[in-house]
Amino acid sequence: MYKAVSLISGGLDSLLATKLIIDQGIHVEGINFYTGFCVEGHTHAIRKKDKKKEKRNNALWVAEELGIKLHIINVIDEYKDVVINPKHGYGQHMNPCLDCKGFMVKKAYEWILENEFDFIITGEVIGQRPMSQRKETMPIIAEESGAGDRLLRPLCAKNLPPTLPELEGWVNRDELKDFSGRSRKPQMALVNFYNIKDYAQPAGGCCFLTDKKYSAKLKDMWQARGSREYELDDIMLLKVGRHIRPSENYKLIIAREEGEVNYLEGYKKQFTHLRILSHHGPLTLIDGDPSEQDLVLAAQIAARYSQGRQAEQVEVEIKTPEFEAKKLTIKPLSAEQIPEKWHV
Amino acid sequence: MNENLYQLDACNLLCPMPVIETQNRVKELNVGDMLKVTCTDPGVKNDIPAWCRINGHEIISIEEDGRKIIITVQVGAD
Ligand code: SF4
Repeated sequence: MYKAVSLISGGLDSLLATKLIIDQGIHVEGINFYTGFCVEGHTHAIRKKDKKKEKRNNALWVAEELGIKLHIINVIDEYKDVVINPKHGYGQHMNPCLDCKGFMVKKAYEWILENEFDFIITGEVIGQRPMSQRKETMPIIAEESGAGDRLLRPLCAKNLPPTLPELEGWVNRDELKDFSGRSRKPQMALVNFYNIKDYAQPAGGCCFLTDKKYSAKLKDMWQARGSREYELDDIMLLKVGRHIRPSENYKLIIAREEGEVNYLEGYKKQFTHLRILSHHGPLTLIDGDPSEQDLVLAAQIAARYSQGRQAEQVEVEIKTPEFEAKKLTIKPLSAEQIPEKWHV
Repeated sequence: MNENLYQLDACNLLCPMPVIETQNRVKELNVGDMLKVTCTDPGVKNDIPAWCRINGHEIISIEEDGRKIIITVQVGAD
C-alpha cells in the first residue's frame, strides 16, 4: 500500500483533498505544523467573547473525521526565519504565505523521507489565494521545498502536470479534480457528495499574520526593539490585551477581561507588572525597559482602565520580577491624555 | 503489565502546545504507561482526548482543581 502524508490545516480544502486520496486506497496520515502564529487553539482559550465557539482544534477534528492519525509538529523556532526573512516577501499584512507554504512542504518532505512515506498532498487550489496559490507559484513550492513531483494537489491536479503518484499509477489522475479560482462552488459540491455535515469555515487565512491589527503589533515590537528576533512568549502576548506604547523603551499590556488577566498572571514572574490596589482594575504587564518616571506614567495609564478612572487618587502596586513591590499613589490620565498614536 | 506513572507540566501553555508536549512525551513511553498531564488551557479537555482517540491512546481521567486540569493518559499500542 502506498503512503501519503497530508498537510492538515483544519480547513475544508485539506479535508477534501485528503478524502479524495483515501478513497483511492492510499494510506494517509495527517501532519500539522504549529508555528506560534496559528489561529488554531489560542485566543479562544483566553477571551470571553470567543467562549461560545466550541473549543476544538480543527486539525485534530478533521483528522478524526477522516479517521487518520495526525502528527502535530512544533516548528516555532525554524519558522522564525520564514517570518523574519521571507524570500518572496509578505502578503497584504505580515503573512509570508509563499515562503510559508514552501517551508511546510519542505518539512513534510523531510518527514516522508524519515518515515518512508511516498508522497505529500495539500489542499491547494490554483487561483484561490492571490499570493501563494497561483499557477506560477505551484512549481515554486514544489521546487523550493525539495518535494518536486512527490507533491500532489488533488483538488487541482488536473490543471497541473502529472506528478509521480499519477505517473506511476499509485493514484488515478482521472479521479482527481480540476478546481481553480476563488469560487467555493466545486468544494461545496464535493461536501454534498461526501455528505459532510460540519467543517471549519475558511477565513482570511490560517494564521494571525494575515490580521491587520496583529501585524501592526508585530511591526511595532520589531521596531521598538531594533531587532526582528522573537520568542514564543513575545508573539503570544501580541494576541492578548490592549497594547499601549508611550515610548520606544516600553509598552503596557493591559488585560481587557478576566480571561486575559488569568493568562497574563502566568507572566508575572518574567515581567514588571502593575496592580490597582484602591479600585477594581486590570492586571498590566510592562514589556521593555522603563525608567522610574516611565513607571509613574504607566501607573497613570493603567489606572485609566480601572474603576478609579474618575478618582483623584488611585493606589497602584508595581512589582518587578525580583519581587520588589512598590506602592504609588497617582492621578489617572484622562482618555484625552492618552494620544491615539500610543495605541498599538 | 508493569505500568509506570509519569508527570508532564503543561501549565500556562496554550493549545496546541499541551497536545504537542503530550505527543512528544508519549512517544518516549511504553505501552501501558500512564502520563499525568497538568494544564491550564481549558481547550485541552477537547484536544487531548481527540488526540488520544486518533492515535489509539486512552484517557483514564480528567480532573479539575481550580484553574488546573489534570488529564491522565494511558499509552496504547501504535
Ligand atoms: S496564512 Fe499564515 S499559515 Fe497560512 S500560508 Fe499564509 S503565512 Fe502560512
